[in-house]
Amino acid sequence: MATTAERPAAALEQASTAARRRRRRRAARHRQLVALAFMSPWIIGFCAFYVYPMISSLYFSFTKYDILSQPKWVGLANYRFMFTSDPLFWVAIRNTLWIIAIMVPLQVLFGIVTATVLTRIKRGLPFYRTVFFLPTMVPLVAAALGFIYILNPAGPVNRVLGVLHLPEPLWFVDPRWTKPGLTLIGLWGIGQVMIIFLASLLDVPRQLYEAAELEGARPWQQFRYVTLPMISPVIFFSVLIGMIQGFQYFTQAFVVSKAGDRTNEVGYPQDSLLFYTSRLYQQGFEGFHMGYAAAMSWVMFVVIMACTVVLIRSSRRWVHYQGGFR
Amino acid sequence: MRRRLIGLLALALLAAACTAGGGGSDKPAATVDPNANHAPLTLTVWSDFSARELGVVTAGLKMATQKYPWMTIKHVGSKNDQDIQRAVNGGTPPDVAISFTPDNAARYCDTGAWQDLNPYLQSSKVDKAKVWPEGVFSYTSFEGKQCALPMLTDAYGLYYNTDLLKKHGISAPPKTTAELADMAKKLTEYNPDGSIKVAGFMPLVGFYGSTTANTLSHAYGAKWYDENLKPTLTSDPNWTKMFTWQKAMVDAVGYDKLQRFAAKLGGANSEFSAQNGFETGKIAMMMDGEWRNAFIEGDKSKVNYATAPFPVDPDQPGLYGSGQIGGTIGGVPKGVKHPAESWLLLQFMTTDNTYLTTIAHGLKNVPSTFESLKDQQLQNDPRFKPFLDVFANQQSTFKPITPIGQTDTDLMNTFTQKWQAGKVPDLQAGLKQVEDQIAKQLQLG
Repeated sequence: MATTAERPAAALEQASTAARRRRRRRAARHRQLVALAFMSPWIIGFCAFYVYPMISSLYFSFTKYDILSQPKWVGLANYRFMFTSDPLFWVAIRNTLWIIAIMVPLQVLFGIVTATVLTRIKRGLPFYRTVFFLPTMVPLVAAALGFIYILNPAGPVNRVLGVLHLPEPLWFVDPRWTKPGLTLIGLWGIGQVMIIFLASLLDVPRQLYEAAELEGARPWQQFRYVTLPMISPVIFFSVLIGMIQGFQYFTQAFVVSKAGDRTNEVGYPQDSLLFYTSRLYQQGFEGFHMGYAAAMSWVMFVVIMACTVVLIRSSRRWVHYQGGFR
Repeated sequence: MRRRLIGLLALALLAAACTAGGGGSDKPAATVDPNANHAPLTLTVWSDFSARELGVVTAGLKMATQKYPWMTIKHVGSKNDQDIQRAVNGGTPPDVAISFTPDNAARYCDTGAWQDLNPYLQSSKVDKAKVWPEGVFSYTSFEGKQCALPMLTDAYGLYYNTDLLKKHGISAPPKTTAELADMAKKLTEYNPDGSIKVAGFMPLVGFYGSTTANTLSHAYGAKWYDENLKPTLTSDPNWTKMFTWQKAMVDAVGYDKLQRFAAKLGGANSEFSAQNGFETGKIAMMMDGEWRNAFIEGDKSKVNYATAPFPVDPDQPGLYGSGQIGGTIGGVPKGVKHPAESWLLLQFMTTDNTYLTTIAHGLKNVPSTFESLKDQQLQNDPRFKPFLDVFANQQSTFKPITPIGQTDTDLMNTFTQKWQAGKVPDLQAGLKQVEDQIAKQLQLG
């Protein structure tokens, strides 16, 4: 038990501790406010250009909105129409899945193969690296227009195929060949992925290959058991970004469609190039069904989020990080 | 925390609801006495004209400022329907809007984005029936609202290469689609490798913009909708007749051959270039609009040609002389600051015959009023006259316009692509599918 003399001293100490705490809290609050002040331009921009449009579009997705008149609340009607009545919704989904299932893996594969080949080149590596990277610098529209010319049924590619007595596809006129045609554009513009793979391949420690060689591993086994695990984080990154871009695939298909047909129809020919975002564009900006287009974007957002989560979860099984970091 | 989040969300939703879709008002306004003095005023006209055509229309508008000296006109080109709709939505519309897409007129009427002009027409004592041919109302009014008026128009007909017809002993253009098919067969020439050298007629829909399911359907009098706006693609047998004829035309040469021929011409992009198949003498007969005359002249093509109405169903000879029409429309958007003055300018642009004939000469388009159609310079041009006659024909129409704009034609075009490629085994079932698709789109509004 404290004596009467000790009581005021303890009280004084308590009071000074409380004062110190208050000062610390005030200082912390001040620091927070300063930090917030510095961050405010970004916060304002984020709220104005991300949060507000997102919430607005969520609201619009429950309305009938044609830009010209006030939005009318229709509840879940847009979502119901999407899954049960939109005549081209499932066509667009099918085409989009084609891009994700065929083009994206091919791009990753082509990126790995190109980068692997470049690691073997002894002379002129900067030149080849530049050559393969250059297409990335070409605007998407220009690239698409270039390929429209190259893959014209009477164009240079078909002339070469003709000389070789090979079948001459109608490319962007024949629905069987439109998506393979777009895949060629996708593979041509592989530079960015290739450069990342190249860096990743050059980063694989030499001693791992030496150890594998000592163990008697053949080149394929070295690639399978050393290279692939070591570059798996980059593969994961490429697949993830590729998948997201696949869901949002639009520009090249739009340019190719519009150039192929005088009726200016998105998805030409025969809806073979009607992708999810093309349908969204068609409904939103040609049909002025902005409420429905907003609903479509929210469905896309949710699907992309879900696929991303699934991919990230699955990556625990097949992606290997040096040092075990995730 | 949760309450705060809900509160914030509610606030944001409220903000979104309050700020969305702001527009102008629909205040009725009296008309301006054209003879009275008026304070100086600048009016803005938006159109999608560009390059040479923009200059022609801008020069033509000087006639309006001469007539109304208090008026200054700012004509802004390269403004499409999306730009106009955004401006209307933003509350800053042009005083007069010009659109090349009559399909959108129903939407403008339905939403009130363009004002109903009937009260203005009454105030200005403009008798519609006496000023314009009946056909223009098919693409400028919807459900009783006259929210647009025609400013020039397009009419479709047949262009034929007289040298090629003469070479094959043909002296007159076809009047029925059966005759067209026979002549096309005679006129089609092949290279030694079997590819097409000269096409008698290009039946592929979508190859050039004028050959569409819509323009061809007119030759058979096929109707899109009944009076309740219910699609009639299966109930009107003329659709089946038209598609059967069109497919037979494709099959007579071969879909693949036609596609390769089209590609060799330069594909769809050759339409408005000197490489145009008709202008280079590689297509003997072609459906096109009256503007082709100007392109043939502008491209310095040496093709010898003549024009005629497009052939029609042999079972409906009465249709001959009519065709699809439809073109540039103008309106007064909602929310304009000076609606009476806007109307005065629009009235000038759509009813002043001197103005209409002047720009019709410049643009080589069909002027849209009865009076301007009598213009001697246009009437005396034997290649242009058939288009004037097609426009004036009581049976010439645009397809019915609906609140879904061009969606119905888009769906039909996609079907036609599959049909002509031989991917539709059952025509009736295919048409039923398109009919259902259009009906569903109409549900969405």
